[in-house]
Amino acid sequence: MVETPNTDCRNVTANDSGGAERTLEVEAWFVREVLPLEAVLIQFLNRSGRSKADVEDLRQDVYMRVCAAAYKEIPNPARPLVFTIARNLLIDRLRHEQVVPIDVVENLDVLNVAIDERTPDRAVIAREELRKFQAALEKLPERERTVISMQKIEGLSTREIAERTGIPERTVRWSLNEGFRTLAELMLREPADIRRIS
Amino acid sequence: MTGIPENDLIAPASAADVDARAMDFILKRHLDDWSAQDRAEFESWLAQSFAHKAAYWRLQSVWSRADRLSALRPLSPNRPAPKTAPRRGALLKIAATVVLLAGAGAAAVAFMSNPAAKTYETALGERKNITLADGSRIELNTDTVIRADVNESRRTIELVRGEALFQVHHDAARPFTVLASHHRITDLGTTFVVREKPGRLEVALLEGQARLESESAKARSQQVAVLMPGDEAVATPQRISVTRKPVAGIRDDLGWRRGVLVFHRTSLSEVAAEYNRYNERKIVIADRSAAARTMSATLPVNDLDTFARIARNFLGLRVRESKDEIVISN
Repeated sequence: MVETPNTDCRNVTANDSGGAERTLEVEAWFVREVLPLEAVLIQFLNRSGRSKADVEDLRQDVYMRVCAAAYKEIPNPARPLVFTIARNLLIDRLRHEQVVPIDVVENLDVLNVAIDERTPDRAVIAREELRKFQAALEKLPERERTVISMQKIEGLSTREIAERTGIPERTVRWSLNEGFRTLAELMLREPADIRRIS
Repeated sequence: MTGIPENDLIAPASAADVDARAMDFILKRHLDDWSAQDRAEFESWLAQSFAHKAAYWRLQSVWSRADRLSALRPLSPNRPAPKTAPRRGALLKIAATVVLLAGAGAAAVAFMSNPAAKTYETALGERKNITLADGSRIELNTDTVIRADVNESRRTIELVRGEALFQVHHDAARPFTVLASHHRITDLGTTFVVREKPGRLEVALLEGQARLESESAKARSQQVAVLMPGDEAVATPQRISVTRKPVAGIRDDLGWRRGVLVFHRTSLSEVAAEYNRYNERKIVIADRSAAARTMSATLPVNDLDTFARIARNFLGLRVRESKDEIVISN
């Protein structure tokens, strides 16, 4: 059982956090250490039986708190902090909603087994990454797949895509937006959570 | 910079809304003209909440990773213009083009004996800057040999040995290609560094984009990687693997451009290997326990005396100096 770190970061502001350089450090750390945990984090949050939108909001809350903490001091390793925050958030929600008896809350500790799952490989072979992207693209709805392929593979602008496909520019832009967010979920959650998205 | 409000730990909106907004900024930034006003709007949004920052970093990281998809694009500057939207099979057709490219490597063999190629080299400890006729710049590190063949139709550089940094003046009609130990690097407008080591090749990308392809007969087909800033590729005859590090880390590795070596908790065995690339007088680490010790410092490439002092005074190691060697032991 990890010790609960202080995650009350109300006094952290962009001003006293060391400025632009600190932000770059936190970003690099977040991308390198936290995002690879997303698949397991989502699996963990899903076990609380909440809706997809709720789970995404919880994820947002976890990331927000993790980043706030990292501005003070970058936690090493990241994993215990991420899952302690996630667990505490879940407990808070359950208490707040007053729908579960306390013993269920205590059983949440059991969920901590997720912490011991394997870490995804850090060094990714480029070819493997390309294959994953292709597989994820195949899972998108037709229109989103088309516009993302045209943008990312052929390097076309929104207008060029609109001209070639006959889809209005605004729709192209929205399909890129939605399609790419789904693509991000597929890429960050493969293979743990791929079922829930489709 | 705007301070973060007191209630910075209250999520500003649903994750779906925040993600959509972050994605909108990313698309605007990469696909449209990004005006000063857009930038200001984006920065104030980013400063409003850690939730905004996290959402942006998350999506931007995948957006950058997805640039690898451009490896599926044919290299030819005359981009084929499909009349209709790509259908399901389109990805497969584009991928097939990449396989064909691997066969184009035969041209490299002819180049090796090309008399028009000009040779540039540096001695041990020497550095040299070269500006090619097209404006591209090449910086040669210690003990390096390159052959350059630049004319109206092509720009081909062969790295025979050593390490060089390339700042390429992009010209789609005249691709800039670097050949090194059975690999070919093609720029897509870029700054990158290539280092040849026994049995392997290291390529680090600072700016722009470059494509790294294997030309070795031993390699399986489709050994191709598109490198993004921060990518460091290690290529052996069998495979190419890519890791990402902060661009700042790669800049440390390029200390030689300023005549220094930058070490961050680097093991003495690596420190010795680095110094030995530049100096006749060699550092020898005599035992394994000394080799595993680490140090952090920025030192001139030829300043062996300071290194010896650090080893003796800070690491408490035994240092024996002679004319040809500095021997370090525990």
